[in-house]
Amino acid sequence: MSTETSTQVQKPEAPARNWRGLGWGFLVKLLLMMLVNALGVAAIMAAWNVEQWTILAVSVVFLIAADWVYFAKRTLPLKYIFPGLVFLLIFQVFTMGYTAYVATTNYGAGHNVNMQQAVDAALIQDERRVDGSPSYPLSVVKDGDTLGMAVVIDDVVQVGSEDQPLAPVDGGVADGAGRPTEVPGWEVVTVNDLLSDPELAQSVTDLRVPVSDEADDGSLRTRDGSSASIYRSSLVWDPETTTLTNTDTGVVYTPDEYGTFVGTDGSSLPVGFYVNIGFENFVKAVTDEDYAGPLLKITAWTFAFAFLTVATSFLLGLLFALIFNDDRIKGKKVLRTLFILPYAFPAFMSALLWRGMLNPEFGIINEWFFFGANINWLGDPWLAKFSILFVNLWLSYPYWFLVCTGALQSLPGETTEAAKIDGAGRWRMFRSITFPLLMVSTAPLAIASFAFNFNNFTIIYMLTNGGPRFADASVPLGHTDILISAIYQISGIAGGRADYGLASALSIVVFVVVGIVSAIAFRQTRKLEEIQ
Amino acid sequence: MSTAAPVTQKSREGARRRRWWGEVGWKYPVAILVILYAAFPLVFVLSASFDQTGNLRGTERLFNSFTLDNYAGLSDTLFWTWVGNTLVIGFSAAFGAVLMGAAAAYAFSRFRFKGRRASLTGLLILQMFPQTVAFVAVFLLLLSLGEVVPALGINSKLALICVYLGTALGANTFLMYGFFNSIPTEMDEAAKIDGATHAQIFWKLIMPLVTPILAVVGLLAFISAFGDFILARIVLVSSENWTLAVGMYQWVSDQLTARWGIFSAGTVIAAVPVLILFLVLQRYIVGGLTSGSVKG
Repeated sequence: MSTETSTQVQKPEAPARNWRGLGWGFLVKLLLMMLVNALGVAAIMAAWNVEQWTILAVSVVFLIAADWVYFAKRTLPLKYIFPGLVFLLIFQVFTMGYTAYVATTNYGAGHNVNMQQAVDAALIQDERRVDGSPSYPLSVVKDGDTLGMAVVIDDVVQVGSEDQPLAPVDGGVADGAGRPTEVPGWEVVTVNDLLSDPELAQSVTDLRVPVSDEADDGSLRTRDGSSASIYRSSLVWDPETTTLTNTDTGVVYTPDEYGTFVGTDGSSLPVGFYVNIGFENFVKAVTDEDYAGPLLKITAWTFAFAFLTVATSFLLGLLFALIFNDDRIKGKKVLRTLFILPYAFPAFMSALLWRGMLNPEFGIINEWFFFGANINWLGDPWLAKFSILFVNLWLSYPYWFLVCTGALQSLPGETTEAAKIDGAGRWRMFRSITFPLLMVSTAPLAIASFAFNFNNFTIIYMLTNGGPRFADASVPLGHTDILISAIYQISGIAGGRADYGLASALSIVVFVVVGIVSAIAFRQTRKLEEIQ
Repeated sequence: MSTAAPVTQKSREGARRRRWWGEVGWKYPVAILVILYAAFPLVFVLSASFDQTGNLRGTERLFNSFTLDNYAGLSDTLFWTWVGNTLVIGFSAAFGAVLMGAAAAYAFSRFRFKGRRASLTGLLILQMFPQTVAFVAVFLLLLSLGEVVPALGINSKLALICVYLGTALGANTFLMYGFFNSIPTEMDEAAKIDGATHAQIFWKLIMPLVTPILAVVGLLAFISAFGDFILARIVLVSSENWTLAVGMYQWVSDQLTARWGIFSAGTVIAAVPVLILFLVLQRYIVGGLTSGSVKG
């Protein structure tokens, strides 16, 4: 009803009466949208150039959507939600979906490109210098950021780059040794420049300049930057049968179901491509003899760590809150500030600091509290687990102290009064009144804290790196690794053998656990509220 | 009778004192123990930052020696570059999170549109799934993005900021939504009748009224960017782009070459502003924490 009346009141005015000029607000919007469009078109063109069709399509969609949202009249709410929504869709929704996709592939070391890129890489890797091909005196040239090669073939100066096959240039000049010294449109890079800049030298040795448009003609490459010769791949790609054939040995390489090119003689090429392998990553996590054992232990420890760390810090925080939530204590504010110092200190620094303090030889924990004993806190599997729990207790009890203090102060006074009159003792009152009421407000936070600690990468990685390593396992995992730090090791992003597929599969497992925990949290909150 | 009176008074006072000790007094020694427990690592790091040996050996005696060498030594490292990076990344992420979160909260709180409830529920569900778990996908995404737009690729601070902004809507909208709802809509309507546009209402009316929640969200976003390690580690490759978390980890991760002196000095410098900010604003932060995201 109310909406109807309001529409009746607001009768459409004549447009002329509504006209208040464009205003500088509109100008700002116009300028911003011009900028957005310029950047968007630039991104679309860049995506076109490097043939990234997905990014191109997504950019086009987002750009059109942005223009529609900000110039149409009916999209008022979207005008405010759109910017955040774009980031949310790309960096949260997409990454989650992409994780699910990668989890079903064997994306990783040796399989990190698609089929066409794998074929190209195989052809390049297999390139050998053509027997008996002449060595041409070479001048490395550049045009802006583009590197090129200039040589004299058939008495004509020819120049080419990665994308442009060799072609004669007019007005090129060569010295007596046949080395081009002047190439119109290009700047000649001197040998001294090459020698003094290792990065440049590396990109020169990586440079391949196609001899012609035909890939079979091979390409010009150099080892030293002063002479070039023609390289040709002995492999030939047949797109129809999707096979690579080695023209020297006659071996035919066919891709197998895992995206590896396997030859007729049983050998295989080092480059493969990623393929969909269904649920094999998930199966691998529980059955593979390298991974199954360590991952089971790590999962158990993840749950234990998350639960124990919440339980201990909650109890300690609650205890302190109960003791110090007392109006008769003087200087409560000062005490409270000092109590929460560990919480105010940046967490990663605390973890690193404790790493030093727990050092077996020189750490102050051993020096001060254990009479200089040589206790290897972070090197023994059980002690390391204990240390992590202890440090995390130090880090997070202040949070629970603050939360519990707040909850205690907001307890209804009448309830406690009534209990007192009924003759409840202190313990009875805590057990039957205070604690249940406290749980109503803190249980959701406890569950959120569980979910947070389930993925508390920082404390684990900073304190122990997941170590000590499992002695009986070949994979780089350790006794204090939790799932997310194990994912980090397996993914190989920080080094080591990359297995994005398995890492993503484990990420999905973590997502499922976190999802279930959050769902329970929801129901629990509702149930506890009913009690109240 | 006259002799008994002082005795009872004395014993009454003794009883009162005993009662005071039993109920309140004992809490002071306990408080001292708690403070020792809470503060001794911080005192240690302060002492170690003034120690002249520069490593762990000999730091067990507090304030054994006093030198500012460790602090001076920081300028030989990339420490100040990392401080700058951390500030740039943290402030950008906080600024973006505040703006986008506030705009979205305004839309959800003030407009009634199709799919509003569904989007709110969707956000609520999405924000439960931590972005860090999908770091492999973030890494692969940035690899591809970098081919098209180098500024958004691996090893770009801008890319890291964008990644952080991905969580802005999910994490902050609810916190702000509740606060926006507490501002009476009659004010907007009055402004509307006076001829204000929706943009004017947002910028000139609502934003000044919700400043406290903007401060909380900004601070939380800054702290989470400041403390993030895993995303910063995989995105920022070269050392001059590192944040403090990545850089300082490198100082002490290797036991043989660990530079504890410099680490301690850097910790003191970097942590003190955060510590002060946190303690001053603790009331707001705790309020924000208990109604939304969690730090520890």
